[in-house]
Amino acid sequence: MPLKRLIPCLDVRDGRVVKGTSFVQLRDVGDPVELARHYSDGGADELVFLDISATPEGHDTMTDVVRRVADVVEIPFTVGGGIRRVADATRIIESGADRVSINSAALAEPSLIGDIAARYGAQAVVVAIDDLDGQVYSHGGRTATTRRTVEWAIEAAERGAGEILLTSIRQDGQRSGFDLDITRAVRDAVRIPVIASGGAGSARDVADALKITDAALVASIVHENPTGLSGLRDDITACGISLRPWRTI
Amino acid sequence: MLTHLEMTSEVSSDPAEIRGARRVILPGVGSARSAMAHLNETGAADALRARFSAGDPIVGICLGMQLAVAHSDEDDGVTCLGLLDGHVERLAVDRVPRLGWALVEPWNEAFYFAHSYHVVDAPSVATSEGIAVAIAAGSFFGVQFHPEKSARAGEELLRRCL
Repeated sequence: MPLKRLIPCLDVRDGRVVKGTSFVQLRDVGDPVELARHYSDGGADELVFLDISATPEGHDTMTDVVRRVADVVEIPFTVGGGIRRVADATRIIESGADRVSINSAALAEPSLIGDIAARYGAQAVVVAIDDLDGQVYSHGGRTATTRRTVEWAIEAAERGAGEILLTSIRQDGQRSGFDLDITRAVRDAVRIPVIASGGAGSARDVADALKITDAALVASIVHENPTGLSGLRDDITACGISLRPWRTI
Repeated sequence: MLTHLEMTSEVSSDPAEIRGARRVILPGVGSARSAMAHLNETGAADALRARFSAGDPIVGICLGMQLAVAHSDEDDGVTCLGLLDGHVERLAVDRVPRLGWALVEPWNEAFYFAHSYHVVDAPSVATSEGIAVAIAAGSFFGVQFHPEKSARAGEELLRRCL
């Protein structure tokens, strides 16, 4: 089994990072390219960008962001948000992203998973699932669907997904720990890697999630602490989790 | 990545360019069948074989490494370039695709992997968790991981092998 992965997630709207950060040493705290470089240099194993733009122009801006990130960052990155058809995945991957993450569009049209996987390989397709009490929600967690989380994860894997990004809506932003029950249930149900998301408040929380899954997504815990990432890695390692040995430059 | 290494590159499937280039990187995204079909149709496959016979360097990355051996089980079986002995099988590990950073021995360095298949019975020069992840013979050197996504470790490896 490869080493566990710690993955900072950046929300981007119209080309700007929207979640608050306090990186005083950065020239521009809203620039996704600069933040990506900062996290990459700070020992992130991978990055996720979530494009929350509401307009086609916003998605075009994201394509440009992807291109610029690919120029400066030498770790893998995934882009989600606004990917509704294979052509959207092509636009993002050919701009330099390694993988795309799909959520509502896959729920509306599950064959999209296999279509992207056939073109770019399973490793390029992450299916993001937003869970609340075992039920799947779409459209940024606002709309309840009739699907059950575990069943949808199994179907996504069968259709060719290379990884599941599982977010607990209840825990997201609470910083009180991941929802370990649903995380374990999904992990046990599929034979593809799983990323736990929603609720990271401490190194112990992340370590608890990483005892179950292959990777953990972190947001505010790293955005709000300027020197946080490398310290967080050390603390997670001290909890008995094997992360990538990482040297300072 | 190559720009970081102060190298210039050109993407090509032109046999004359492949034959004449100082160095050639055979990258890998997609499936074995579509990649081999493309290499055969464009004449790039024969150009790569001619390069190899002449002892001119070729670096294979991920699928590009897998294409160098004789045969792949992917896509119900595909005949590959046959530069090196060996064949490609689906990974029999806990979770596939095998995604993430993993230590490579004897180099004692972590690199980023994203693969569902691996080479067996090939001239292996490095392994990761028991899997052959770097193979070399003659003027061919190939790696299963993605040096271009492996931060400093990857940059150093590319600097050494290019």
